[in-house]
Amino acid sequence: MTRPTPGGPPRTPSSATSGAPAGSASHETSPKSAASTHEPTAGTQAGTHETAAGTHETAAGADETGAGGQSSTAGGQNGAQGPVIGAVAFSVRLGERRVLDRVDLSVRPGEWLAVLGPNGAGKSTLLKAVMGLLAHDGEITLGGRPARELRPRDRARLVAYAPQTPALPPDMTVFDYALLGRTPYIPYLGRESHHDREVTASVLDRLDLSGLATRRAGELSGGERQRAVLARALAQQAPVLLLDEPTTALDLGHQQQVLELVDRLRLADGLTVVTTLHDLTLAGQYADTLLLLADGRVAAAGRPAEVLTEDLVGRHFGAGVQVQPGPDGRPVVHLVRGGPRR
Amino acid sequence: MIVGLLGGAADISPGQVVLQALDWLPLVDVHSGLAPVEQGLLYEIRLPRVLLAAVVGGLLAIAGAGYQGVFRNPLADPYLLGAAAGAGLTATVVIVLVPAGVVAVPVAAFAGAFGGVLLAYALGNTAGRSGGTATLVLAGVAVTSFLTAIQTFIQQFKVEELQRIYSWIMGDVGGGWEQVRLVLPYAAVSSVLLLLHGRMLDVLSVGDEEATSLGVRAGRVRLVVLLAASLATAAAVAVSGLIGFIGIVIPHVARRLAGGSYRIVLPLSLLGGAAFLVLADVVARTVIAPAELPIGVVTMFVGAPFFVGVLRLTRRSAP
Repeated sequence: MTRPTPGGPPRTPSSATSGAPAGSASHETSPKSAASTHEPTAGTQAGTHETAAGTHETAAGADETGAGGQSSTAGGQNGAQGPVIGAVAFSVRLGERRVLDRVDLSVRPGEWLAVLGPNGAGKSTLLKAVMGLLAHDGEITLGGRPARELRPRDRARLVAYAPQTPALPPDMTVFDYALLGRTPYIPYLGRESHHDREVTASVLDRLDLSGLATRRAGELSGGERQRAVLARALAQQAPVLLLDEPTTALDLGHQQQVLELVDRLRLADGLTVVTTLHDLTLAGQYADTLLLLADGRVAAAGRPAEVLTEDLVGRHFGAGVQVQPGPDGRPVVHLVRGGPRR
Repeated sequence: MIVGLLGGAADISPGQVVLQALDWLPLVDVHSGLAPVEQGLLYEIRLPRVLLAAVVGGLLAIAGAGYQGVFRNPLADPYLLGAAAGAGLTATVVIVLVPAGVVAVPVAAFAGAFGGVLLAYALGNTAGRSGGTATLVLAGVAVTSFLTAIQTFIQQFKVEELQRIYSWIMGDVGGGWEQVRLVLPYAAVSSVLLLLHGRMLDVLSVGDEEATSLGVRAGRVRLVVLLAASLATAAAVAVSGLIGFIGIVIPHVARRLAGGSYRIVLPLSLLGGAAFLVLADVVARTVIAPAELPIGVVTMFVGAPFFVGVLRLTRRSAP
């Protein structure tokens, strides 16, 4: 819908060329990706241990990602095709409860990983922990560096995060809201620079929000809100985008619009995207890799066809489903009347 | 708003003669035709009074805006958070114990206001581990009730001081140059600190998690702003007593007028609060002249209905 605009975040055209429709993007599975050693129950899914089903080809040449001039602070991450996000046996406790239990994770540059699972499985927790919002055990690396060692500002230049229910101050204009994404680049008590405003304006332009720049956030529709949140995250110019349920409360058309937008931006800028998604079919349509969480553990991970099976979905969601290949070969999940079959 | 400030300052005089006299004060050479006695009266009583009203009003309003930013609650106010009750308690104690303590009252009120807010903050922080905003406001309410109870308890022992206690509680900006000098350093420090944090408060307005994800140490920002706002409140309360409603009404109006960004709301509140209190003081002194109304009565009398009106407007525009 929008064309790259001058003055906008620099992007790497080469990465766009490899950005074939997501359907063809799931190449061979990476043999060397870390096997999920704590894989509990998914015995039938022998091939799905690799959390990082190899889609790294998709991202070939995308190392520089969208961070443009600022990516130097990210410390040459993903220079050697290493994972942008890596985690080994990381666990999160909320109170007494262990919400995430020794999860392994490896997300390659340019990959779209969708985190799935029933309510309470720890999907949002996983994103928050990666963003550094929750204390965790185990190791998380961002751009090849231990996340613990990153200062908050540096982390924010590496990873942008949009929560499930973002708070948009109702009286704030869309432009000012998107400008907040520049915070990691503005000195503590300083003002934003001309460049910051330019970047923000070009992001708004890309998301077709220029006409709404002076509109107050409280007056936006659901789809506009979602795009405003996305604009804020993109203004951050971070190579990794964490989106918690980006399609919540959107109708069919707007769901597609937002996901298409994310997909386009990803391919154009070489962004790495991690989303949680309720809608399994949607996840299978857009993501390269799926990670199925159940009770805080990795139940399965791999290409959509490997994870979205009637057996796995039925078992972990307690639902009776039928899975069929869609028009592009990606799995489509149908609920079957009559509830879970025994 | 600047016009409002000037208008207020001009209104204070009972005629154009004094307006000229005011012109005479800042370097402008205008012959007002006033007798030296009248000039002295202006300089010694009216001018410091106007200045003090402006400073106190500005401080209370900007402190209110700061609290609202920190707590992400448009109803947060210096008086909700224990500042007023703390100041009221310590001031009462001093009035009761030190019969002639003219200087001691502001100092004690200062300590009390600061203590009240810190107590509320500490309570709110320990009660809710994450320091949720609702917890903090509730803690402020609890602290306020508790301190007010103690204060009432104490004042019942000294019925003969009741008049003095009440006149302090209802607010007064007729303190003279001494009070202006006392409040100015704190006013300057706290206002500058608050004004500098406008952008940070904008970031905080999206919530702690998102602020953190933007690379901001939300807890630290909150603490700095809280300290600055409390300093402003304490300074204002110390020299003027308890003047309510400015901290809520003025920032609210500023927000309706100029949008949600604290970079505009903070300075606008400072100016608006100053203008508002100067006007309120004029009203307080003229309505039942030659007697005076306590200024706190005026602000509440004007502020409360106004606030209800603002609430209704807000509800209508944002369904």
